Amino acid sequence: MDTQLGLIEQSFNVRYSVWVREALDDLSGSFTTTDPCISGHPIVYASRGFLKMSLYSRDEVIGKNGRMFQGPKTNRKSVMEIREAIREERAIQINILNYRKDGTPFWMLFRMSPVFNKEDGRVIHFVGVQVPILQKHRQSSSGFGRNGVNLCEDGVFASRRREVCSDSVAELARFLAMDSVLGSDDRELEVDEPSEASDLEMRNAVTAINNTLSVLTHYSELTGRLVCGKRCCLSGMGLLGSSLNISLGRIKQSFVLIEPHLPDMPIVYARDVFLKMTGYARHEVLGHNCRFLGGVETNSSTIFQIKESIRTEQACTIRILNYRKDKSKFWNFLHISPVRNASGKIAYFVEVQIDESRKNQDKQGLSHKMRQCSVVGAVKAAVRSLSMVTDTSNS
Amino acid sequence: MLRIRRVPTVVSNYQKEEAEEGARQGGGCGRNCLNKCCILGAKLPLYAFKRVNKIVTEKTLLGDENKEPPVDFLDSLLLGEWEDRMQRGLFRYDVTACETKVIPGEYGFIAQLNEGRHLKKRPTEFRVDKVLQPFDGNKFNFTKVGQEEVLFQFEASEDDEVQFFPNVPIDVENSPSVVAINVSPIEYGHVLLIPRILEGLPQRIDRESFLLALYMAAAAGNPYFRLGYNSLGAFATINHLHFQAYYLAVPFPIEKAPTKKITTMTDGVKISELLNYPVRGLVFEGGNTLLDLANVVSDSCICLQENNIPYNVLISDSGKRVFLFPQCYAEKQALGEVSPELLDTQVNPAVWEISGHMVLKRKKDYEEASEENAWRLLAEVSLSEERFEEVKALIFEALACDNGDNGGVSQSFIEKQDVTPQSVEEVEALNNGSHPSMVPGKQECIVLL
Ligand SMILES: Cc1cc2nc3c(=O)[nH]c(=O)nc-3n(C[C@H](O)[C@H](O)[C@H](O)COP(=O)(O)O)c2cc1C
Repeated sequence: MDTQLGLIEQSFNVRYSVWVREALDDLSGSFTTTDPCISGHPIVYASRGFLKMSLYSRDEVIGKNGRMFQGPKTNRKSVMEIREAIREERAIQINILNYRKDGTPFWMLFRMSPVFNKEDGRVIHFVGVQVPILQKHRQSSSGFGRNGVNLCEDGVFASRRREVCSDSVAELARFLAMDSVLGSDDRELEVDEPSEASDLEMRNAVTAINNTLSVLTHYSELTGRLVCGKRCCLSGMGLLGSSLNISLGRIKQSFVLIEPHLPDMPIVYARDVFLKMTGYARHEVLGHNCRFLGGVETNSSTIFQIKESIRTEQACTIRILNYRKDKSKFWNFLHISPVRNASGKIAYFVEVQIDESRKNQDKQGLSHKMRQCSVVGAVKAAVRSLSMVTDTSNS
Repeated sequence: MLRIRRVPTVVSNYQKEEAEEGARQGGGCGRNCLNKCCILGAKLPLYAFKRVNKIVTEKTLLGDENKEPPVDFLDSLLLGEWEDRMQRGLFRYDVTACETKVIPGEYGFIAQLNEGRHLKKRPTEFRVDKVLQPFDGNKFNFTKVGQEEVLFQFEASEDDEVQFFPNVPIDVENSPSVVAINVSPIEYGHVLLIPRILEGLPQRIDRESFLLALYMAAAAGNPYFRLGYNSLGAFATINHLHFQAYYLAVPFPIEKAPTKKITTMTDGVKISELLNYPVRGLVFEGGNTLLDLANVVSDSCICLQENNIPYNVLISDSGKRVFLFPQCYAEKQALGEVSPELLDTQVNPAVWEISGHMVLKRKKDYEEASEENAWRLLAEVSLSEERFEEVKALIFEALACDNGDNGGVSQSFIEKQDVTPQSVEEVEALNNGSHPSMVPGKQECIVLL
């Protein structure tokens, strides 16, 4: 838990200068910020407005995932839409039912946007804005308050649904014009019926997102690690998308991913446990070949075995003498396996390390063999699935 | 009698054609199977899940957050054991080497080229006009698989905690439910859940088994780990009760399809109808407890199978959303009503295909895969609008009638623990046994918001 909170502190401190929290606290809206690179994709900042609305204290929400506000009546399809937007690193606006701490449900307009690293286009945070929808609005005044998803749920327009579901604003406008002809229906607010946001609520959501993004941008200028609300360049070579990061972040053991197609086969992903085990900082290992783990007493035939395993694209398990940053030695019980992407081609090699002196320290009762298998399995499944999207994201 | 010829999928290395079968070394029948001959002293890992009687919201989990389960069900146990079997060479091919893609289009159908899945197998005749058929111990069934193909036992925890034991003798008296590999996987981690394997249950949904499947989806705790069920006549090939499951972190087209609410049951289960999807079907979600959702869905399935209507079921979103499709493709096929082009693709439209994950056997079909082609195939699977309305009426009639004849079964899951009901509704739900009825007045379709 300590390390998790540490990571959360860092998530903000590394990017933005010290007064960023105060500046965010001064903003009036209800919003949260999350970090997709931390395991569990937790909330790293929650605004005062958000705490007031949700009735939770800051400690109760920091470190938790935004799904903690959902409950039995939350429409699962809306949840899925948010999940997909995160996976595809794009903005979304949707109506969703949430619950306050006291258990009362309320409809809100949720707008979310990724925050990019200006330098390499990687997603470093997400900002989510929660605007409660206060009352049921008349159909005709709903304007753009209805989003694609809710439109899709009306039975009446089945024949037009394919158009309606598309993102095109023009189509949406055309649809809404037609929609308003049918008049309104002043039914009571019911939790299982989607509620609609008014123009004002819509505008509030946009303003809140923009304000938050500009505070974050401003305070990142001062550290020189710039962020921006629009993706400025395509993902840099060898960088993993945040969705793959989220998946890999669930794995609790030490491993690294190596990109075999880049010169000198650098590490492109390193789990925190790996850093802890070896004493290096993340920036000291990313982009480097694994050979820094070896040292004078490392057996060269074992190193040859690793090279052979990579050359022949075969998995292998070996025991190798490695060195930490402080030059102390440890026996590394190492498993290497190729990992294929959706086209069936090798995308990475995964290297799973077990410090032999701690080999039996597994409280789960899983053998070290099985622990290595589980890392390989989880990595293979994640890489395969997530490369399916990035390869063909043209829909 | 209606029959179709198809190449059966080989799910186990022991599912050989009679002639190929030969005795091996070792004790028992020589195959180290799960039958009486070999099972004595056999041990397997055991995962005991928590019998949560509430739909698990983050809120209820919040209190437990510091108490992590002893082993992560999906990543550490299921995928780990699966990778171990892969390293041991138990699969017929490396599914991660099979090319796969999302087909451009509104729904994002998923296509996989899998040329190895149907090799070396002769077409067999299948009877498709009887959804319920008695179990036949002489035919291939899961007690005949080798123990190495079984990953772990899956059962409800005796106390209120998730438990994991790496090595537990199989308790023959208690007929454990097990998770086994599918040696012809359609994705990495493809497994079979076989409820009470030693009881020799035919492919037929009952409340307790369906609840078990929902618990498995919940235990995985990952919305991309889905379970599926095919009835006989809807492309199940083995008449021994089983669900399939795998992990694929991509939304399925079916999950994206728009829906229209039909009704909300008294126990909070919302039933909707799929709109603008090639296969007509029902969607179930919500409910005050996991048990509520399980009961409404299994009662619907029971209604279909008792009326001899073939169907498929998809459990998605960690057990929070369930899709049910009555279908008629096999019947059409047997009557010669399916076009030769569609038959040529040899795609059997079972639960995964219906959900939008198409496994194609020919490179040509893979390269030409389009939303239009997928749609055309699936449209053949669907009941006609008229027939679907009739079937829907049957289901709602079954759900509405409070006969309670099979009400007690799944209660055993919750009776064992001290249930402290959370709300009046829950007390009622428990007292009434089971059969929820519809809320009057909530039944009309929503015309406009
Ligand atoms: C910045 C941010 C804020 C979020 N805030 C909320 C929220 O207030 N309420 C909510 O229901 N979901 C919220 N979510 C969505 C959930 O965290 C989660 O992504 C969603 O439930 C879908 O993913 P799941 O399947 O992992 O639950 C937020 C997400 C992000 C990225």
